[in-house]
Amino acid sequence: MNEVVVTGLGAVTPLGLGAAALHERWAAGVCGIEDGEGRCDEFQATDHFSVKEARRADRFSQLVLVASAEALADAGWVDGLPYDPRRIGAIIGTGIGGIGTIEANDQMLIEHGPKRVSPLAVPLMMGNAGAAAVSMRHGLKGPSYGVVSACAAGTHAIGSAMRAIQYGDATAVVAGGTEAALTPLSRAAFVAVDALSPSGISRPFDVRRDGFVMGEGAAALVLENGAVARARGARILAVLRGYGATSDAFHITAPPADGEGAAAAIVRALEDADVEASDVVYVNAHGTSTQINDRAETVALKTALGEHAAKVPISSTKSAIGHLLGAAGAVEAVATILALRARLLPPTLGLEQPDPELDLDYVPQVARPLELAQNQRAIAISNSFGFGGHNAVLCLEAT
Amino acid sequence: MAESNTEQIEQVITDALVTFGAEESAITRDAELEALDVDSLDLAELSQIIEERFGVELTSSDVAEIKTVGDAIDLVAARTQ
Repeated sequence: MNEVVVTGLGAVTPLGLGAAALHERWAAGVCGIEDGEGRCDEFQATDHFSVKEARRADRFSQLVLVASAEALADAGWVDGLPYDPRRIGAIIGTGIGGIGTIEANDQMLIEHGPKRVSPLAVPLMMGNAGAAAVSMRHGLKGPSYGVVSACAAGTHAIGSAMRAIQYGDATAVVAGGTEAALTPLSRAAFVAVDALSPSGISRPFDVRRDGFVMGEGAAALVLENGAVARARGARILAVLRGYGATSDAFHITAPPADGEGAAAAIVRALEDADVEASDVVYVNAHGTSTQINDRAETVALKTALGEHAAKVPISSTKSAIGHLLGAAGAVEAVATILALRARLLPPTLGLEQPDPELDLDYVPQVARPLELAQNQRAIAISNSFGFGGHNAVLCLEAT
Repeated sequence: MAESNTEQIEQVITDALVTFGAEESAITRDAELEALDVDSLDLAELSQIIEERFGVELTSSDVAEIKTVGDAIDLVAARTQ
């Protein structure tokens, strides 16, 4: 099978525009959450789009368009595409899709009747709109589609893209995740299911954690066939070593206490990467700051990594930006690669009072240098688990 | 039905095209919709606006006949007579 490498990164997050802002500000201990939500305040549609482009894309598509443009430029795709466009795909995950568009049109329907629902409603709200937007913007004519698996969607999208390249369906894929669900209906719905933090504080693994803080944003990664990318002289940021995906088949919103499905996904990702648990030098946790996730994830890590679980540093990006739902996995893959490359592990912010039941090394509050022995490889896993019992894990090695 | 005249119709259509992203200075009677980057989705939206403002329902075959801004104005004006 073809090797899959990462050559470009892009992100729009509550920590700012750009992948570098995500890593640098998180590592510096900056939290992008304000008033209980992680908004992308630095993102202004008018800075990036014409009037027509902006009104033809829901915010969730706009965010991934900006992230993917950054990723393509980062990959050196500045003077056109490096391969036949039919060999380049776009696979973009989202939890919900264009919910802002859905809500606005529902309001029109209720207030003014069906004839006032916009012809743009369907093309803006559909869950594959982000993938379609990226494909059209850059002329990518290979496989493109959306991936929908709640909070695991970004990771599933990257995993699916990895398989497409490994199998030869594409030479390169722009893969990522995006979400723009800071809307009245979405907030109310997550409150109703008792998932959101009443305190508005994201503090994964802390004993006081009381739910997740919702955020918005997007990330994109340019993935390429390794041999082909090297032949064109591409700068290789990381190798996508492994991917594991499983399901809990347990409950629509809760993992089993033993984290069995999550553990199986981690084990599968390591097998797929052909690495041992002891090779893992960093874990980017799903770490939502809900009671149940952080407990089950801790158990899953112990099951999957064995004794090594107690030695490996673990941190949660959600402590700095909140939970970006379907974008989370992609944003966290970007954060993981940058952490490995910088040899600097950003911390779990807000973790001040450890939960006695959660006894792993969650890198509380302050970033930590990643020290590698000679010839030790910079290998990490990034976990994502979604409502529906969807588990997806990536194994990445920075070069 | 709202009271209408050609000037009103022209204004409503011009405003709609500007909302869709066309340059106001490029919108003339002779301007072709394609040149203004107006596509089928914009025309569907324009039809909604025209129905809302003038009570004129445009069918898809009506819309297919519209090539220029002037065509649109004239069609709506004729239907509101």
